Amino acid sequence: MMENAFVIPLLMAVSFTLILFFGKRIKGGQGAHLIGIPFIAAVWVLSVVVGVSWIDRVNDAEAAAEEQSELESEVEESLGLDGAAGGDGAVVLTSATVSAEAPVLAAEEGEEKLKVEPVIETVSWWSNGGFDFNIGTHVDGLSAILLFVVASISLLVHLFSTEYVKGDRRYTHYYAFLSLFTAAMLFFVLTENIIQLIVGWELVGLCSFALIGHWWEEGKNTNAALKAFLTNRVGDIGLLVGMITLYWAVREAGENTFSIQRINELVMAGELRHFLLLVTACCLMAAVASKSGQFPLHTWLPDAMAGPTPVSALIHAATMVVAGVYMIARLYPVFFEGFSIADGGANLMAIVGIVTVLGGGLLAFVQWDIKKVLAYSTVSQLGYMVLGLGTGAWAPAIFHLFTHAFFKAGLFLGAGSVSHGAGHTFDMREMGGLRKKMPITFATFVTCSLALAAVPPLAGFWSKDEILLTADKSGFGVFAWLGVAGGFLTAAYMTRVVYYTFFGEFRGTHGEPHESPPIMTVPLIILSVFAVLAGFVQATVSWIGTEYLIEYVEPKSAFPVLVHPEFSYSKAAIATAVAAAAIGLAAAWYWAGVGARAKVTDNVPPLKWGKTLLEQKYYLDHLYEDGVVAGTKGPLARASYWFNQNVIDRIVDLAGISARKSGEVVYDYVDQAVIDGAVNGAGWTAEGSGEALRTVQSGKVQQYGSLLFGAAAVLAILFVILV
Amino acid sequence: MLINQFLILGAVLFALGVYGVLARRNAVTVLMSIELVLNAVNINFVAFGMMNGDVVGQVFALFVIAVAAAEVGVGLALILLIYRTRTDIDVDELDLLRG
Repeated sequence: MMENAFVIPLLMAVSFTLILFFGKRIKGGQGAHLIGIPFIAAVWVLSVVVGVSWIDRVNDAEAAAEEQSELESEVEESLGLDGAAGGDGAVVLTSATVSAEAPVLAAEEGEEKLKVEPVIETVSWWSNGGFDFNIGTHVDGLSAILLFVVASISLLVHLFSTEYVKGDRRYTHYYAFLSLFTAAMLFFVLTENIIQLIVGWELVGLCSFALIGHWWEEGKNTNAALKAFLTNRVGDIGLLVGMITLYWAVREAGENTFSIQRINELVMAGELRHFLLLVTACCLMAAVASKSGQFPLHTWLPDAMAGPTPVSALIHAATMVVAGVYMIARLYPVFFEGFSIADGGANLMAIVGIVTVLGGGLLAFVQWDIKKVLAYSTVSQLGYMVLGLGTGAWAPAIFHLFTHAFFKAGLFLGAGSVSHGAGHTFDMREMGGLRKKMPITFATFVTCSLALAAVPPLAGFWSKDEILLTADKSGFGVFAWLGVAGGFLTAAYMTRVVYYTFFGEFRGTHGEPHESPPIMTVPLIILSVFAVLAGFVQATVSWIGTEYLIEYVEPKSAFPVLVHPEFSYSKAAIATAVAAAAIGLAAAWYWAGVGARAKVTDNVPPLKWGKTLLEQKYYLDHLYEDGVVAGTKGPLARASYWFNQNVIDRIVDLAGISARKSGEVVYDYVDQAVIDGAVNGAGWTAEGSGEALRTVQSGKVQQYGSLLFGAAAVLAILFVILV
Repeated sequence: MLINQFLILGAVLFALGVYGVLARRNAVTVLMSIELVLNAVNINFVAFGMMNGDVVGQVFALFVIAVAAAEVGVGLALILLIYRTRTDIDVDELDLLRG
């Protein structure tokens, strides 16, 4: 299956085409899910198969390496026995056993590193100038885990949506784009080279745009879609420039390839110039900042919540927004060398990450729209992933991506369920007291919130803790402590959300709230089960001791050597205590009542200024809209108008005039002289010759006979003379 | 050789016939001149048939005589009709098809 992984995105593309052409004919336009769900279910099964095959491949490689090292140690032993010192052999034997049992340790020692190559399949896409542009699949632990995440979330969102968007006038359109998005995301995840990566990147952006603007009848939705698209374009320029720079760095090293694996190998071999790698990494960070909602280009992500909630769960929380994180992980050697992450201290990626963690977390406090709180929370959690990658915590960052996908999708779908049951609003001021009315939604939402707040032993605890621990051990101590502070914010704003939504009295005006049907609650339950259990795939604490991400997901070829610290009880205890304190303080604060709070925040000047700053979202939207957009819109429009009037219209006019002139010339000289001349000439010739010949036609039979016989006689004479 | 005399006779008859066809103004005489032309041809057929020693020439001559009889029938009928309409059978005057 790993060799034929191309089938996975292809299936969803087929689903997209089928829905596009036949979706409207099923059940009067309300049956597109009947096509989409079987396809995504098949894709889910295939993604599990790919994951299992990859695990087998790593296990086989390990077993082979073990045999090899045993063999070598036997040889060494016999050599050692042959030699003078018997103790030598014993030492070699122990080191070999260690490397077989824990290849990671061996890798740290820098010898006998276990190598597992990714499964790469390519076909030639097109050839130009003697160079093949390939398209293909690159299957390794990273793509396998992403396949699983995308397929799982997408499957659950497909199920959830059958109820959530039921009766929508563009039901078919909605499912078609879900399929297209899934196809694009799977294509992106399996990308083999950087060209294909750009294609997948843009495709998911397009689907995001289309689905944010799903209800385009309302102007604000259209604006949100445009904002998302244009903000992403800003980053896409970085992506293009970065990839071009990367390619020229590769060219400089005498190679001519776009293959990600080959580029990573070259970087690890130290073939590429560090300066170019730095430029590449900085440019690509712009792309990551736009796609993955990093400061300061995160502003589109909260607005993207204008789309349907299941779409927010799938695209703007669990999968598409991690595309930037995935790209860093995929090209990790480039960033690792470019930003000199091994040196510790500070670098652009870690700084962007931590600013996003704290900035996003603070913004979540002043939002009243439950989805916007979750959106800022997503921004903040994406900050953790980028922080992790920027501080050498590769496996923990991917681990956080994995766990975050489940509990954040659970939270978004939970918000969707709340809205569905409580009068189609997302404003928390119109909720409250839903704990009794929607018990399943409440239970799953709280579970996912606790997972997000990193309460042990839920999923978020393991992943966030490991990011911070690894950051600390890799020489980024300050970032780790700031990350702990971010954890405080996370726990506090989630407490606020849970309080306003589920506790107190119901404040809505749209009838009685009710629990959602099973087709919506079952995905919630599944996601909350994942939110509880997903952490145990990498629970590094000694008495559980699973390290599946380090073992199976972390690349075992063309990859830098990273630190994998032991579980630290003291650090975990501090993080947990901070989270618990945050929950406690926030609970105390919000239970104190709105009036009391307003008195404090509105009367103490620094707090008041801070609140205003947060409510204005750091004035970034003002900066972009009034500064960047307004500053360019007017002059650009005038310049375009001038260009249109003076250049394009001039060219059009010139083309028109010259066409008329040449038409006249053709009329005068070609049409009148040549063609008409020929026609008239033919007429005159016919008339003249007819006039000449009519005298022969005398009507006298004997004259004809004379001509006949005369001619026959002449011919006969000629015949006699010539023959 | 005996054949030459026949051919010369045929040629003389043919020339007389052609002269009659082209030069005489009476339509009946023109018709009779055509008979002369045809009979000149018949003489040639029979003469060559005798020379080759088979009957094909004579058979062809008989066909020509039969066709000539039919032709005279049609020709005389035409002349009769022309005479009835115009009371004149001078072929010089018959130039209705002049271009």
